[in-house]
Amino acid sequence: MTFEVLVNVSLRPGIADPQGATIERALPALGFAGVGHVRVGKSIAFTVDADDEAAARSTVEDLCHRFLTNPVIEDSSISIAAVAPVD
Amino acid sequence: MARHVAVVRFPGTNCEFDVVEAVESLGGTAEIVFHDRSDLGAADAVVVAGGFAHGDYLRPGAIARFSPVMSAVAEFAAAGGPVIGICNGFQVLTEAGLLPGALQKNAGLKFRCEMVELRVESTDSSLTNAASRGAVLRVPINHFEGNYTCSAETLAELRGEDRVVLRYVDNPNGSVDDIAGVCNAGRNVVGLMPHPERACHELLGSTDGRPLLASFL
Repeated sequence: MTFEVLVNVSLRPGIADPQGATIERALPALGFAGVGHVRVGKSIAFTVDADDEAAARSTVEDLCHRFLTNPVIEDSSISIAAVAPVD
Repeated sequence: MARHVAVVRFPGTNCEFDVVEAVESLGGTAEIVFHDRSDLGAADAVVVAGGFAHGDYLRPGAIARFSPVMSAVAEFAAAGGPVIGICNGFQVLTEAGLLPGALQKNAGLKFRCEMVELRVESTDSSLTNAASRGAVLRVPINHFEGNYTCSAETLAELRGEDRVVLRYVDNPNGSVDDIAGVCNAGRNVVGLMPHPERACHELLGSTDGRPLLASFL
């Protein structure tokens, strides 16, 4: 089976986010009031071939830990969906 | 005692020739070792030079750490050989787990390219044993992601074991505890964001990088 995967990488709580802070400082000048706690991350999309969703998740978790994130400063969240087979 | 230095180059490294030039000016010999090699030859020391390995894609050093040459560097480090990571090389060594912590974007989001002052905090490392404790060295920086970050536990460990070997006199990038360079527990692996190889000739405005590079030559 093929699974579509989306990994969201974010800075861990407590890690300074100068990009987020800069965006937040720009908001009042643009007229956006009440927008706060801006944090900038990145998303990485790819597909994984695996026997089932649990196996796909296990692969992706390993991939996130060893490569897609730096666990010193980053966290990740994973969403996985099976690709509908084409007849 | 002439020593031979392996200077590691990844696709995107751009400071390797400066390192070779500086090492030779100090009486050592050097060769550039490409990332796909799995041995370091007859090296007495390794320098992971600065630049933008693999375009800094994903994160600086994230892709470079999986290069064949990094296995050889890890083995060399485990055997106690001096390994120095300069700028992007420091980022590579943290990603490879050879040094603790991580380098993130500078506070202020500015690429900083200027001469800075570094204070030698410990002379017990492969990069500082020929320097004087407390000496202030003028060495240039050239980076966007040089903001050294680590957990509170790691910071306590680094301080407790005297492993912060260089500090900025005037912190240019937001690094925790003004850290410019750290070493591993064995004190043979050292990473720093400033470029000592660019401070080895009077024409470059400073020769203060010489005692640092001389430490492993």
